[in-house]
Amino acid sequence: MNDNTHATTLDRPPTQAYTYADVSRLMSYMTGDEKHSASATSTLDVLWVLYDRILRVDPAKPDDDTRDRFLLSKGHGPMAFYSILAANGFFDPELLRRWCRHDSPLGLHPDRNLIPGVEISSGSLGHGLPLAVGVAGGLRARGNPARVFCLVGDAELDEGSNHEAIAVAPRLVRGLDALTVIVIDNQSSSLTWPGGIAKRFEVEGWSTATIDGRDHAAIEAALTEPHPGRPRAVIAVVEKKS
Amino acid sequence: MSEDMRNRFASVTNDLLDNNERVAIVLADISGDKFKEAQQKHPFRRLNVGIREQLLVNVGAGMALAGMRPIVHTFAPFLVERAFEQVKLGFAHQGVGGVLVSIGGSYDTPAYGRTHQSTGDVAVMATLPGVRIHVPGHPDEVESLLRDAVASEEIVYIRLDATTNAAPRDVTDGKLKLIRKGSAGAPTIIAVGPMLDRVLEAVTGSQEDGRPRPSREAIEPLDATVLYTATVRPFDAAGLREHMTGDTVAIVEPYLEGTSAGVVSAALADRPHRLLAIGVKNIEFREYGSIEHHDRAHGLDASGLRARIGGWITPIAV
Repeated sequence: MNDNTHATTLDRPPTQAYTYADVSRLMSYMTGDEKHSASATSTLDVLWVLYDRILRVDPAKPDDDTRDRFLLSKGHGPMAFYSILAANGFFDPELLRRWCRHDSPLGLHPDRNLIPGVEISSGSLGHGLPLAVGVAGGLRARGNPARVFCLVGDAELDEGSNHEAIAVAPRLVRGLDALTVIVIDNQSSSLTWPGGIAKRFEVEGWSTATIDGRDHAAIEAALTEPHPGRPRAVIAVVEKKS
Repeated sequence: MSEDMRNRFASVTNDLLDNNERVAIVLADISGDKFKEAQQKHPFRRLNVGIREQLLVNVGAGMALAGMRPIVHTFAPFLVERAFEQVKLGFAHQGVGGVLVSIGGSYDTPAYGRTHQSTGDVAVMATLPGVRIHVPGHPDEVESLLRDAVASEEIVYIRLDATTNAAPRDVTDGKLKLIRKGSAGAPTIIAVGPMLDRVLEAVTGSQEDGRPRPSREAIEPLDATVLYTATVRPFDAAGLREHMTGDTVAIVEPYLEGTSAGVVSAALADRPHRLLAIGVKNIEFREYGSIEHHDRAHGLDASGLRARIGGWITPIAV
């Protein structure tokens, strides 16, 4: 139960190369999530770049201890996440057609106990970032150099629990520099963030960048810029949620 | 006497930190002074997140996700009640384990008032499936339960108390211990953790170590079977069925009255039985003073227990 192995036995398809253009087609396999569809696509480009160019993960070995950990905390509207996991070979894309059915491992909020490649079971906002601080702290305690990436939403930052984590990550015994948080900012927070989101991280000592969340080159550059001794926050701005 | 369980928790945890590199302790400012050396020796495994209990619990859970065995510690109301969603989702829902150790209990520092008291912590933790809950009655029991908890992969809640029994019992198997056997048909009284000595005093009329009782009203001895446990979840149903003398059972708990009534009754679901659940009353008790004052107010001193049990069994005496 512990040490991060989950009993996942989903069939994996034969190796096939999916492109970015294929992801939209895979997303169309899932239907009925109108309420969260904007959220689903707001993450698309960041997720694509993460899995295409950044994350050291192997779908053949989803529990390998050296893997980078990607924690999706923005749990609503996981269609882009599921599609990209399928495109990367973590499970058969045909599973997407049956999501949310009683016997499907794919629900509206991902469950790490049901789906290979999912690091945390999310859904309640404000948990992923604090968990990511713990994961980064635990990997460091074990001398494991794997990196930790956590995706949150700008409205999710309403939750005060995030701010406990934001305050502590740079100060927890020399700073958790294996940790990167990506904030998808589609301006959906009801009371907004005067001065911008990056400032909330900067004042606490994070390395920050604010970029266009649809620009793949900018996303890759922001996620590969070195930040020794400090955790990193990348604010990825996309069009306002309609 | 008070602080014994907390000091033992600290010394055992420090020993575990020295000898088991999977062990980490996560703190929220409370008890930090007891882990000062660990801060120097094991800087990555002795973490203080400050007064941030939601983060406290989720950092522990995240460390578990990363392969560590975390011990998470603060006052009971802040660990369990304030941060319960983190316990529920960070640990239980993720499917990872950790050892949650609380102090403060029901009224260990009465002058702090209700905000530092948790009578509902065990009940709330018991709403999570598969959680092991320990209520040790002695520092030696704290040691054995803590070591076993760290060696497992479960979610374990250990509730420390300022009140302790005079002598430890072997509680490592988690089962009900037969302390005193009454005659056939005698009521069976289950004493949980620190309640044991007071239950024995209520039943025998004298204190555990033979000390003369303080000058209060005399206690008339009672024919009763006394069972003891430091583990309330999972509850030892088989042990109760084996040791019960008759069909009348009381459970005496140092937290909210009725917390374990359901599991006790479920253990006897196939037979008629009378059940009396005794514990801290569900009231806002806005007084300070001593632990003993609160024990008396809730009827949890030996005289109060004797009166409550006596009043219950008298109408149904043979």
